[in-house]
Amino acid sequence: MSTRTVLSQADITRALTRISHEILESNRGPDGLVVLGVPTRGVALAERLGATLSSIAGVAVPVGSVDVTMYRDDLRRNPTRASHPTSLPPGGIDGAVVVLVDDVLYSGRTVRAALDALSALGRPRAVRLAVLVDRGHRELPIRADFVGKNLPTSSSERIYVHLSEVDGDDGVAIEGGAGDEPATAPAGQTGGPTS
Amino acid sequence: MRHLLSTADLSRDDALRVLDVAEDMADVATRQVKKLPTLRGTTVVNLFYEDSTRTRISFEAAAKRLSADVINFAAKGSSVSKGESLKDTAQTLAAMGADGIVLRHPASGAPRVLADSGWVDAGIVNAGDGTHEHPTQALLDAFTMRRRLHGAASRGRDLDGVEVLIVGDVLHSRVARSNAWLLRTLGAHVTVVAPPTLLPVDVSRFGVDVHYDLDEAIAAVRPDVVMMLRIQQERMHEAFFPNAREYARSWGLGAARFRTLPETTIVMHPGPMNRGLEISDEAADSPRSTVRDQVTNGVAVRMAVLYLTLAGDREGTP
Repeated sequence: MSTRTVLSQADITRALTRISHEILESNRGPDGLVVLGVPTRGVALAERLGATLSSIAGVAVPVGSVDVTMYRDDLRRNPTRASHPTSLPPGGIDGAVVVLVDDVLYSGRTVRAALDALSALGRPRAVRLAVLVDRGHRELPIRADFVGKNLPTSSSERIYVHLSEVDGDDGVAIEGGAGDEPATAPAGQTGGPTS
Repeated sequence: MRHLLSTADLSRDDALRVLDVAEDMADVATRQVKKLPTLRGTTVVNLFYEDSTRTRISFEAAAKRLSADVINFAAKGSSVSKGESLKDTAQTLAAMGADGIVLRHPASGAPRVLADSGWVDAGIVNAGDGTHEHPTQALLDAFTMRRRLHGAASRGRDLDGVEVLIVGDVLHSRVARSNAWLLRTLGAHVTVVAPPTLLPVDVSRFGVDVHYDLDEAIAAVRPDVVMMLRIQQERMHEAFFPNAREYARSWGLGAARFRTLPETTIVMHPGPMNRGLEISDEAADSPRSTVRDQVTNGVAVRMAVLYLTLAGDREGTP
């Protein structure tokens, strides 16, 4: 099994900076934005994104986390998972433009669960999705609005996202690759807001 | 975790896992929509061979908040009063599709029998068996202590170095037994205080210190937590102590004795309380009393237990 690095620390920072600008562009400023990360690495990314957004826009953009464990559709197929905290900013999410943040978009099932979790927490005006890596192989009609990097992968490959807050270092690596054909590149090639 | 039968065999990691998941479950109660879809399509049977409205409705609320279907089976006035065995009752419930059975039974060890017998595949949660254990009560007590002591930073923490005084009818109390074992696992130091007639012969196996005099114990231990146990009225007729007045004076948490506690000490009681007997109004209604917190936390802890025993892949779980 070969492992190759596809995003370095600087690449991750650049991607998050670009995504921040794209979010502000499509939202026409920081008004009403709430950035919510999906545990575990999505929370670290959400905090970085929130900090970048705040420094670009000059106002504090609220950041929180939304745990999807209790909303997953594969609970019965796996050993019991530990849950993670859900923490919303004091203003809540009613009427807000929520930007969901996760590290890798794959089957889309985590995002589906996150959308269900959000509906129990309030009624956002809109929900957007930002991911660091989109590796294709969607099983549900779900698409990211902001993508750090599109990585066409085969399902036998594994993607490793390391973030210093969780893993001690930054980087995205891909392992494996022998086997089936790569999936066709997902829609939204350059990862801009496609709506 | 396939079943929850006892706290004696619960590891520190397992116990913390329950408490940490319970933190997230407690959060749900603060939301607009107090419901999770986690156990949708799962059936939980509350099989109660003894009356216990509080424990039953706490489990019922927990299961419903997780979207499980709940069937309440009270043994009184049922097929059990016609002489049906535990095996037949359990298999009948399993045939109706019970995925989890919450069992309250007067015989110590009944949940273990049900879990080990192979009669049913359902996950078994002990909701109190005889004078043996009441593990969810101990877990909710530990959860309540942890929240009071560590606040928002509770997650992942144990109760290392916490001094706990358990006072009252230790002999008949499954709450005391479950607590003694669990609290020790979590690093707390437990002292039991009771009249000698209300201590079990094998109290040394609890791994706790023993005092017979409550005032001496308070002065010696300087407890962080005082847990008062309920005196069951029927015990008084069995001559475990002379009369209620003497019990209240020697082992009750009266107003004067409550004032001798360190200012940060919290007062716990599993309920229902006998006010004026084991606990006074001053102690029960003070801000340092956790009685209502315990009820609230009970639902969160039972949600965590039902999630951990019923939600995951049950094949291959020990």
